[in-house]
Amino acid sequence: MAIPLSQIVFIEEQAAGIGKSAKIVVHLHPAPPNKEPGPFQSSKNSYIKLSFKEHGQIEFYRRLSEEMTQRRWENMPVSQSLQTNRGPQPGRVRAVGIVGIERKLEEKRKETDKNISEAFEDLSKLMIKAKEMVELSKSIANKIKEKQGDITEDETIRFKSYLLSMGIANPVTRETYGSGTQYHMQLAKQLAGILQAPLEERGGIMSLTEVYCLVNRARGMELLSPEDLVNACKMLEVLKLPLRLRVFDSGVMVIELQSHKEEEMVASALETVSEKGSLTSEEFAKLVGMSVLLAKERLLLAEKMGHLCRDDSVEGLRFYPNLFMTQS
Amino acid sequence: MAMSFEWPWQYRFPPFFTLQPNVDTRQKQLAAWCSLVLSFCRLHKQSSMTVMEAQESPLFNNVKLQRKLPVESIQIVLEELRKKGNLEWLDKNKSSFLIMWRRPEEWGKLIYQWVSRSGQNNSVFTLYELTSGEDTEGEEFHGLDEATLLRALQALQQEHKAEIITLSDGRGVKFF
Repeated sequence: MAIPLSQIVFIEEQAAGIGKSAKIVVHLHPAPPNKEPGPFQSSKNSYIKLSFKEHGQIEFYRRLSEEMTQRRWENMPVSQSLQTNRGPQPGRVRAVGIVGIERKLEEKRKETDKNISEAFEDLSKLMIKAKEMVELSKSIANKIKEKQGDITEDETIRFKSYLLSMGIANPVTRETYGSGTQYHMQLAKQLAGILQAPLEERGGIMSLTEVYCLVNRARGMELLSPEDLVNACKMLEVLKLPLRLRVFDSGVMVIELQSHKEEEMVASALETVSEKGSLTSEEFAKLVGMSVLLAKERLLLAEKMGHLCRDDSVEGLRFYPNLFMTQS
Repeated sequence: MAMSFEWPWQYRFPPFFTLQPNVDTRQKQLAAWCSLVLSFCRLHKQSSMTVMEAQESPLFNNVKLQRKLPVESIQIVLEELRKKGNLEWLDKNKSSFLIMWRRPEEWGKLIYQWVSRSGQNNSVFTLYELTSGEDTEGEEFHGLDEATLLRALQALQQEHKAEIITLSDGRGVKFF
């Protein structure tokens, strides 16, 4: 149930009394002939009364007065729907009131929807194409595998290079190189070049995180992702490069020079610990000039090999020479 | 508390109180613990103990070194002793145990040897006579606690070398 504001002539307050609630009287223009159906077709009164049982009339009166003063409905652009002028007001009314606002919003929403759908239409077309491409490459890959179909030698090579340029691993050589791709192989060779000197400086061994930082700092742009680094490192040994990836029992990953023998370092670690009676990882790291992470791995390796034993207390974890074995 | 007890070198070695992860090292460590427990209990004439007592005893708690063997590791040592036949749990909850520095079979052997030597096969003895009688003074098993003695005799019984019998004033044993 609604009456457009444009139909209001003026409003007045009626105070509450005994047995009577407060009222606002809204005097109206006569109804236009094409008014929308409502509770009554016609009335002998030219006004309506709004009754406020509890409160709210002051606020309502204030707002309604404001609206009457601003007459915003006179500034509304005429909507494209079939809204005709309501009421015999002079000229200007293109007003459509609240309903008009609502309709406008609805249209805007539909418009946005349409735009979004159209945008995604392209994507879904692309996706359909991509799916076709994937199917095609799968079937060709299978044919290559099974050596069926009439694909020429030349085509095979071309197709493989397309796949590789898209970063898809060559299915035929997967067995030979594990899950490595051309990219990782190239990267592995690069790493061998970059890391030789730093490794020598650091006693032949570096943690993979150190390598990651060093390499990416050097590259500056086109940074390596951790996955790419790990995958490249996995290929070092296979490609017979002078470094290798090693994973300790704890899960810590390091890069070692092939010439580096961690097991031999254990013997010198034992000497160091024996000299000092006992050492924690931090103390050992400081003495030897290693990172604490690698120092701990060396001590753990020495323990695994039976050269050291541990004292684990509230004071921390200390390593001792393994007297259990050496002393009766 | 016997002052003359000589602690082994391991007792002053902090790693002794940490269960070693290296399997070979652990084997040596546990062997050292077992022999320490047995010699400690032998000297202090302790034939039974509760786990709670054990935790606080100087045996597993070296106050000077500020190291104590954690209770889980104590359980592992006790289990080793049980497997070797030197320990028997006295209750289902494994809260108290009998500790025998010599296994029952070994005691049985010693007792039987004495019986044979002194030509007393086919004799009957009370348990008291065996452990506290004049005749057994000087024998190793003299002063042996009843619980261990009983198990020693049960071992002999298994070998049909003895039979535990009930006498008017307690239990006794007949040797064959």
